Order: sequence, then C-alpha cells, then structure tokens
Amino acid sequence: MALLGVTAYPTAGAAWLAERDPRLRIVGAVAFALTIVALQALSTLLVALVLASAGALLLGVPTGALVWRLLALEGLMLVLVVSLPITVPGPAAAHVAGVALSWPGLHQGAEILLTASAVMVGTLALLATLDAARLGYALARLHVPARLVHLFLFTVRYVGVLQGEYQRLRRAMRARAFVAGNNRHSWRSFGWLFGMLLVRGLERSRRVHDAMRCRGFEGRFRLAHDQHWERGDTLAAMVWLILLGALLGWEQL
Amino acid sequence: MLITGAVATTAGLVVAVPRLHDDRIPQAALLAAALFVASLVSVPAGPVSVHLLLNGVMGLVLGWAALPAVVVALVMQMAFFGFGGVLSLGVNAFNIGAPALLCGLLLRPWLRAAGARGAVAIGAVAGFVGVAGTAVLLGLSLTLSGEGFGPAARVIALAYLPLAAVEAVVSGAAIGFVRRVSPELLLGEEVR
Repeated sequence: MALLGVTAYPTAGAAWLAERDPRLRIVGAVAFALTIVALQALSTLLVALVLASAGALLLGVPTGALVWRLLALEGLMLVLVVSLPITVPGPAAAHVAGVALSWPGLHQGAEILLTASAVMVGTLALLATLDAARLGYALARLHVPARLVHLFLFTVRYVGVLQGEYQRLRRAMRARAFVAGNNRHSWRSFGWLFGMLLVRGLERSRRVHDAMRCRGFEGRFRLAHDQHWERGDTLAAMVWLILLGALLGWEQL
Repeated sequence: MLITGAVATTAGLVVAVPRLHDDRIPQAALLAAALFVASLVSVPAGPVSVHLLLNGVMGLVLGWAALPAVVVALVMQMAFFGFGGVLSLGVNAFNIGAPALLCGLLLRPWLRAAGARGAVAIGAVAGFVGVAGTAVLLGLSLTLSGEGFGPAARVIALAYLPLAAVEAVVSGAAIGFVRRVSPELLLGEEVR
C-alpha cells in the first residue's frame, strides 16, 4: 500500500506493533488517557508516567524528543501549577515570601502535572509512531465520517508541499535582507507571506481538483486497508486491558 | 469539562461536515495546510517569539469548513508532535474553532462587499476576535473545571492579549493581500 510516509518518528515502532491493527492503537490511546484521568494517587500516576515513558522509548521515540516534549508541556502548565498552592485553601505546607502554600494545592498541582504528562507520553508512544495515512484509514474504519478523513489525508499530504513553498518564500525574503523584528513592517510582511501561502495553496488545490476530475473523481475515494484484526490484536488488547485494570486496581488497595 | 467540549465540537461537526461539499475538500485541505504551516512560523512579539493561531483568518477563508480544519490540525499536532492529549481534543477544538466560526459567519458577508482597505480592517478584526475569543474560552474552561484555577485562568487569558494584537496586524495584512491578489479566494463557496 502506498503510504504517505509522514510519521513523526519513522524509525519507530517495534515490528510486532507495526503488524497490529492501527485501530487498536487509537482505542488503546483513548483507553489509556481515560484510565489516567480516573487515577488520583500520585504514586500510581508516577508509575503510569514511568510505564508510558518506557513504552515510548521502547517503541523508538528518541529520548531527546521525549524530554523536549515533556519540558514544553511543563512550561505551558507552569502558571497553573505555581498558582494552585496559593489559591486552593487548606493547611499550609510552607511559607514562601509570606504566602502560604497549601497541601491540597500542592497535591492538586502535582496531580495535574503528572496526569497531563502521562497522557501526552502515552499518546506520543502510540500515535506519533503511526504513519499518518494508516491513522486516517483507521479513523475511517472507526466510523469517523469519510469527508473528515479525506480532509485529514489531503491536509497531511500537502503540509509538506506548502512547507517547501514557505521555505522558498522565506529564502526570497532573506535574500532581500528581511530580518524579523518587533515592528509593523515585519508583521505586515508576515501577513503578506501567509497571504501568498494561501494564494499558492488555492492554485495548487485547483490543479489537484482538475487532476482528480480527469481521473473520474465523483466525490468518493476508496479507502485502502491492508490490515485486519487478527488473533495477535485480541491478545494485545487483552494485555492492555489487564495493564490498565491493574493500574486502577492498585489504587484501590 | 472535557466531555462538554467534546460534545460541543461533535455537534459543530455534525453541522459543518455535511456543508463541506466533496468538490471543496481539496481546496479546504490546501488552505488548511497553508494555515497549519503558517502557524508553525515563529513571529516576534515583544521580548518573545510566538506562534500565531490564525483561527480568525481560517474562519474568513474557510467558513463552516474552519471547524473540521481545526480538528484536523489538532489531530495532526497530536499525532506528529504529541501536543495535546486525546481527551482534550474536543475542548481545544471548540476553544479555537468557535471563534473561527464566529468570524466566518459574521465577518465573511462583509468581506465580500469590502474594498481593499476594508479587507485589511476586517482581517485585523478577525485576527483579534479569533485570539481573544480563544483566550476567553480557554479561561472559562479552566475556571469551570476547578475553583482553584480562577486566578491562573485570568493570567493565562491576559497573556493572550499581546498575541491578539500581533495577530490582528498579521491577519489584516494577510487578508488585504489575498483581497488584492486573489479575491475569488474570499468570495467563498467557489465550486469549480
């Protein structure tokens, strides 16, 4: 099957996982996220995060990429996590500069941070190692509307093309000594650059559309799928369920 | 909160997807791809660099198709960069997509009648409304998901203000450019 060859981490994916039905990974990722959200004890969340990270590394997500994504996420959550110990009432754990930091707030902050990290790493491990085309086909087989899937596949296909277009335009700007700064001129130039990208995109879409018409496009594509549910998929699904159940059960102890 | 967002986005998609005519899928996809690429560009704003949301422009250019385009962009972000979780997809899509739809439905009819200068102004308004709307919705979703989040939500929403200002200038220029170079792009429902 011709794949788009668009994968975040193309070297990734252990052979046994690559053979599994991609629907398994999507459902598995959602089930993992739901489980994590249901967890409350910090220790269980930490275990889940460590498990997810180990899985991600095992599946071939580069260590650097994993650390970088986590840092980016923690940066985003910083405001939230710093403010919670101050805003949530409860017995004080410590005083910093005269401000009481409450235990419940600290706990809640840590819980949110761990939850978000674990869900992100789990998603990264299961979905970022999947080819975009396979992801699209699998979504279609999970009864996501065909139009949405087509839109997804087309967009994925042409992001690379327009990225190249953007780099060409940006190089042309650099050749004319454009340096991005904090001024109206720069922002307007970016606006014109993005406008040009839209115009090029429109031109390209006309050619794509004409080409599709030439080949008798009548509003539907066939969605190829070469992967079927096998015994290995059932097995993997069961192992996954047991693992998630164990996480939930452990917390009840 | 996550459930509310997912339901709202699904409801929006139920309305929006049937309006996306099969013939328009390539056009919507290419424009969505262009805006996705544009949103990855870091643009200086004050002491830092930011990535633009461009949801206002998305609404102006794509109309109803903006919502499916936002969902697709978020799925791509999730699958390629690991940004955003599978569960927050619905809330995020609503927070970004609803202002885009607002711009599309309210401002697009004006844009059709507008001249070159009017287009710049409408683009700027859309840029501002898009980001400000997302900031307000994001703040609301945070506040509604827990009382302790209130102050942080306000700080985060305020942090969007400079972004909204930059986005207004860039969006205005982009829409003005398109209006002059390729006005048919803004005239909407073009089916060839």
